[in-house]
Amino acid sequence: MQSKISISNLNFYYGKEQALHDITLEIPEREVVAFIGPSGCGKSTFLRTLNRMNDTIPIAKADGTVLIDGNDIYAPNTDVVALRRKVGMVFQKSNPFPKSIFENVAYGIRINRMHENKADLARQVEKALRDAALWEEVKDRLNTSAFGLSGGQQQRLCIARALAVQPEVILMDEPASALDPIATQKIEELIVELKKQYTIVIVTHNMQQAARVSDRTAFFMLGKLVEYNTTQKMFTSPDERLTEDYLTGRFG
Amino acid sequence: MEHRIIDQQLDVLRDKLLLLGGTTEKALHRAMQSLTERDSDLARQVLEEDKIINQMELEIDRLSVEILALQQPAAHDLRFVIAVAKITPILERIADHATNIADAAIKINDEPQLKSYIDLPAMATTAAEMLRTALDAFTAEDAMVSREIIKQDELIDASYKRVFNELIEIMIDNPSTTASAAQLLFVAKHLERIGDYVKDICELNVYLREAAFIKHSKK
Repeated sequence: MQSKISISNLNFYYGKEQALHDITLEIPEREVVAFIGPSGCGKSTFLRTLNRMNDTIPIAKADGTVLIDGNDIYAPNTDVVALRRKVGMVFQKSNPFPKSIFENVAYGIRINRMHENKADLARQVEKALRDAALWEEVKDRLNTSAFGLSGGQQQRLCIARALAVQPEVILMDEPASALDPIATQKIEELIVELKKQYTIVIVTHNMQQAARVSDRTAFFMLGKLVEYNTTQKMFTSPDERLTEDYLTGRFG
Repeated sequence: MEHRIIDQQLDVLRDKLLLLGGTTEKALHRAMQSLTERDSDLARQVLEEDKIINQMELEIDRLSVEILALQQPAAHDLRFVIAVAKITPILERIADHATNIADAAIKINDEPQLKSYIDLPAMATTAAEMLRTALDAFTAEDAMVSREIIKQDELIDASYKRVFNELIEIMIDNPSTTASAAQLLFVAKHLERIGDYVKDICELNVYLREAAFIKHSKK
């Protein structure tokens, strides 16, 4: 397995509160890795360390190393904007800009000056929308407001927006938790399709979702990594008793 | 996106089951051939190839567990995985009966032939035909055909009784034939059991299609 992200001995603190304890794991290229665990276990915090989204919190502090393609993203000379372009993010609640569908996707391409001309911009927007499995549903109303889309479509628009700037890694924080089962299924199918091109890390409360979409699963408890295994192994015969208890609902 | 994530895995599962079914049919056919043509080399091949069938069974078991654990199939998908998981060991047992027939062939092929082989090959042909049709009905999810096949088991049972009586008479008339006649009795019993197993497969076909358990009922 070719490692895309390599995390070693990562500790993370909110002020004096330690949220992550000595996390070490490898995320392989072009696989889907799911983080599961009870609320407050640190899975979202951990996800956000992978593109330094926690930098915006003044009291937050990380130590240890996070290498992406062998480069330490916490090194002082890291270009955080470039990092977040390479490591895109999709959030629990879809957050389209108050703009047209087209402009939502075009935004990142424009500010990063990734297009040659208008036609090229339109081509890139179409590609991103196609990759997010949204093109067929919106191609006739690209200039209407993104708020006119359904929740599931808005979430796929946010995925298209993330894809538009040509990332290599996509972090997803509960991307389907606010969606109905049909929209959730579409997102899950999309995730499986996207892993052909991207490395995907997904945080989910829904264990079944982790089982369905991921190649590997990491189980967190109280800021510690309890078990990291192939999803097949994890859901049929986990190595740790604690994992077994969590997966079978025998917790507490 | 026309396909759901689970579809591809269910297709693989179906293919693996049908491959197991085809290999089992072949084992039965060759086992009978090794008896009627007194070809012990062929019989030994059947014994050897049973290992492949056992491996196929394990592979389908593994995949069924994986789909149940990771994809949480529901409704028809769930019945499909359950049906496959239950049909698989039945096919493996049919293949075991085929190897037992091959084993009997090895034991009696060097002895003088007791009687001309008419009823046993006819029983085997009926059983093989039932098996082939049952697997086709599984693929087509055809409950009606499956119910028809279930009725055919009576033909095999009737043949079994006839062969049984005939062999007992041979043994009484000429006690020196007892060892060979006993082997042929085993062969008849194996074929009779295969008929029962095909019936079980058909009952699972009905379950797959109609979500109804017809085993132990009046169908």
